[in-house]
Amino acid sequence: MAMNENAMIEVKNLTKRYAGRTAVAGLSFTVARGEIVGLLGPNGAGKSTTMRILACYLPATSGTVRVAGFDVFYQSDEVRRRIGYMPENNPLYTEMRVREYLKFRARLKGLGWRRSRERVGTVMEQCGLTDVSRRIIGQLSKGYRQRVGMADALVHDPELIILDEPTIGLDPHQIRAVRQLIKSLAHAHTVLISTHILPEAEMMCNRMLIMYDGKILAADTPENLQRLVAGKSQIIVELAAPATVLRECWSQVPEIEHFDVSASEGEFQRCALTPRDGLDLRPMIFALALRNGWVLRELTRNRHSLEDIYVQVTQPSEEEEEES
Amino acid sequence: MRIFLTLTRRELAAFFVSVSGYVIIAAVTLLIGWSFVVLMTNLGSDPSPMPVTELFYRTYFFWLIVLLATPIITMRLFALEKFSGTFETLMTTPVSDLQVVAAKFTAAVIFYTVMWLPMLPCLFVVRHFTDQPGSLDPGTIGGMYLGVFLVGCLFLSLGCFASALSRSQMAAAMISFVLGVSLFSLGFLAQAITVAIQWKTRLLSYFGLFDQMNNFARGVVDTRTLIFYISLTLFFLFLTLRVVESRRWK
Repeated sequence: MAMNENAMIEVKNLTKRYAGRTAVAGLSFTVARGEIVGLLGPNGAGKSTTMRILACYLPATSGTVRVAGFDVFYQSDEVRRRIGYMPENNPLYTEMRVREYLKFRARLKGLGWRRSRERVGTVMEQCGLTDVSRRIIGQLSKGYRQRVGMADALVHDPELIILDEPTIGLDPHQIRAVRQLIKSLAHAHTVLISTHILPEAEMMCNRMLIMYDGKILAADTPENLQRLVAGKSQIIVELAAPATVLRECWSQVPEIEHFDVSASEGEFQRCALTPRDGLDLRPMIFALALRNGWVLRELTRNRHSLEDIYVQVTQPSEEEEEES
Repeated sequence: MRIFLTLTRRELAAFFVSVSGYVIIAAVTLLIGWSFVVLMTNLGSDPSPMPVTELFYRTYFFWLIVLLATPIITMRLFALEKFSGTFETLMTTPVSDLQVVAAKFTAAVIFYTVMWLPMLPCLFVVRHFTDQPGSLDPGTIGGMYLGVFLVGCLFLSLGCFASALSRSQMAAAMISFVLGVSLFSLGFLAQAITVAIQWKTRLLSYFGLFDQMNNFARGVVDTRTLIFYISLTLFFLFLTLRVVESRRWK
């Protein structure tokens, strides 16, 4: 089998069927070394299943999965040595103390006594756990527990880090901390993160794989995905001018494909303009307002966020996905 | 081996860190003490030719302890980890299934042995207050402890198996209790159907845990019983291992 030297994860035609249900259907993707890749999709899209297979916890029904060139089924030991995996909901032994737990995990992952001591110290510092090193995990806040989970995934300095929903249930401040931490891992490690929160993936990842119903619908950098729908971006203008004059005016501009004028408060009119080919009409509109002496209150380009792409490709998905 | 020791240490710590470990020990101590008091009272009123250890096993308390305590000790082992999800973090580290099963079983056996320690002072009390040195000789005590240990291993391996089957601790405890009681009563079945066909009775009588235990308590160590216990224990541990491995081919 031809092996790509630079690939950290190679998934080919991966299928996973549970009794009566297909969780992952013919998935193929590769992740290069040093990338931070986001696995994005609504709940039940097969993200966790994919990650569990990558982490050698579940076997695949068919297809091949290679991590760092090792097959996850036949060379599971080699693979497990090279990955740090944090499952969904971050299960921990709640009766243990933070340092004790991390040390235990380091030993399980084959680190020697001295090395595990050293690594535990490093990851505790990295994850901001030094202050709570002697606390019992069960008594820690959710944010700290999440950090313990991350520290555990990092403790043996793995080549590949797999984090399943690392920011779920955290407050914005904690999410930011986790995000910073993940970003700091780039280059030295390959990171695969799953999330159903879009802005998060947008901020952390070099590349995103959008999954829905066990398949990958789109895989690209956040920028490229954005460009995909940029053609449909809109410009919102609020001007103090009579609606009829505005309608007249917009219809004469050839760059405007479609426009919509509606009354706002007072004498302001709100116009939504769709330009041809994603052109930026803002300077032209400003000049127009200036020439006619109209008061300009708002001029914005409505950039399509990834949320739109996400909703577009995963339609019809549940409402809850869009809210978060 | 290093990983095995690390795992065993954690399992043992889990027993002693939680309250449940101490509750088990306290309950067992109570039962041992109680049966000891009953025994002493009976002995005071009419003498018996049997050694004290054997008398002790004649009390049903002993079997009650074994049958009840072992499921409670083992129910946690796999079921709780599966329930809380830590099984996933455990199995995605480079540990082998065999190491996990062996470590959990070893920790349970160590806990079980510790649990029986309160028995020793009772025996010393007997030794101190009787004028017959023959009532308690090291051989009998050794045989008795070997018996307790072997019966415990068998029931604990049963418990491991039950715990590996289930995600619920309650279900695990019930399964191992039912299995344990069935195994225990097989021996009585042999007595009940003595008139029936010879080989069946003989087969069943091999499962007479009660009688075998009496032998141990008398200080008689029969290799057949030894092999019986060890092989049955290994058999259930093997089944446990298969169950743990099963997630790879399910």
